[in-house]
Amino acid sequence: MPVHVRIPTPLRRFTGGAEEVGAAGATVGAVVNDLERQFSGVKERICDEGGRVRRFVNIYLNGDDIRFLNNLETAVKDGDELSIVPAIAGG
Amino acid sequence: MSYVLGLRCRECGAEYPHEPLHVCDQCFGPLEVAYDYAAIARGLSREAIAARPRNLWRYRELLPAPQDPVVGPHSGFTPLVKADRLAAALGVKELYVKDDSVNHPTFSYKDRVVSVAISNAIEFGFGTVSCASTGNLANSVSAHAARAGLDCFIFIPDDLEQGKVIGSAIYGPRTVAIRGNYDDVNRLCSEIADKYRWAFVNINLRPYYTEGAKTYGFEIAEQLGWRFPRHVVVPTAGGTILPKVAKAFAELEMVGLVSGPQPKIYSAQASGCAPVVTALHRGTDVIEPVKPRTIAKSIAIGNPADGYYVLQAVRESGGWAEAVTDAEIVAGIELLARTEGIFTEPAGGTTVGVTKKLIELGRIPRDESIVISITGNGYKTLEAVRAGLADPFVINARLQEFDALYAELTPPTHRMAARH
Repeated sequence: MPVHVRIPTPLRRFTGGAEEVGAAGATVGAVVNDLERQFSGVKERICDEGGRVRRFVNIYLNGDDIRFLNNLETAVKDGDELSIVPAIAGG
Repeated sequence: MSYVLGLRCRECGAEYPHEPLHVCDQCFGPLEVAYDYAAIARGLSREAIAARPRNLWRYRELLPAPQDPVVGPHSGFTPLVKADRLAAALGVKELYVKDDSVNHPTFSYKDRVVSVAISNAIEFGFGTVSCASTGNLANSVSAHAARAGLDCFIFIPDDLEQGKVIGSAIYGPRTVAIRGNYDDVNRLCSEIADKYRWAFVNINLRPYYTEGAKTYGFEIAEQLGWRFPRHVVVPTAGGTILPKVAKAFAELEMVGLVSGPQPKIYSAQASGCAPVVTALHRGTDVIEPVKPRTIAKSIAIGNPADGYYVLQAVRESGGWAEAVTDAEIVAGIELLARTEGIFTEPAGGTTVGVTKKLIELGRIPRDESIVISITGNGYKTLEAVRAGLADPFVINARLQEFDALYAELTPPTHRMAARH
């Protein structure tokens, strides 16, 4: 059972409109690489040229911001849920 | 006539049509409304603005304004109070309070952004409006939705002050409280916004919403007699208002309405939630999110979407940023109330406390004009100050009892003077 990845609207043109896709990997970074393998173009939307998560992208593992965990090195296991969410304003 | 050209990504400049979009699908950067400033400069004058009704739509050329905005006819144009007693207390010469604690109809600066967002939501044909909120935004969305006859869903953290919760419920929205902090609410709402076709004022209508915050800056300059103050202190939560106040000042100069040096802008946060202050002090662009722990719940946003732009605006203006503790926040609320008769919420106490600190640190000079941004009302957050305030004296309705109480409370030398 792979990691479930929730795809936000701006990335769905890469996933054929799918809101959720499966991807494999031992870390969040590896899952992102597997997304890129399946859906070419996704990674450069999520990460900058240096491979870091872009400033306006938030990634959550089972609801926790990966910046409170171990960023892209955070370990994942089968059945985990990864959400990719654009930064949003508010208050 | 509208001067809106469309939407443009703040990061990569990609252009998009005038639609309910908020994220650049190239780089995830936020989209902003783009205007034809040259045409605005030709058509807009101080006199034309001054002749218009005293609401935020008087700056409609510089807003994404529908032909006849039905929302916000009484929002904005709040008092700019010359605060001489507070100035004396802080040891400065020229001080003003821009007082959105009396904004119409829900007593916070959010009535500005919501007026613009919901006016556009109606134009786009949405039937349901929604938001993620720390309280003030929910109050404003609920009230404006009621007046516009729209369905309304609001999402809040489950630990808000009663005044903020009831201050939405009275307008009849569907309120959903999320177990968690604002950042959890925001994450969920982003997913809901992807699934339900609603107008989320702070998500898919963000480009329109944020433009409304500029009116706070326009008004400061107009109310000072079409001039800029030298220093403006602004609270930071998600980071909407500060960069938009900076943008407002820049636009006024660009269209030829105000000239002179641009103000220095300062960001105020609570120590228990100060990711932007921390990044500024560290000299980095990278904002590390935090788990908020402060009584200033309306600005308890640990993952500020526009924090990067706050840093940019503060640095470009030559300003600074500081944070104050919860005790200093309460002291700030009391100081403003007892010198100027203005009761603000903890976000305002934060701004007053940080202004005091910036003056004491020498970051803001004592002899130049200063504006303190008060963006919310203290009557909604009584819990924050209750513990430190004296209870009423309870007596029977007998003059002798009052005389005895008065004698106890007042030194003899003051007594005779007070009686005559």
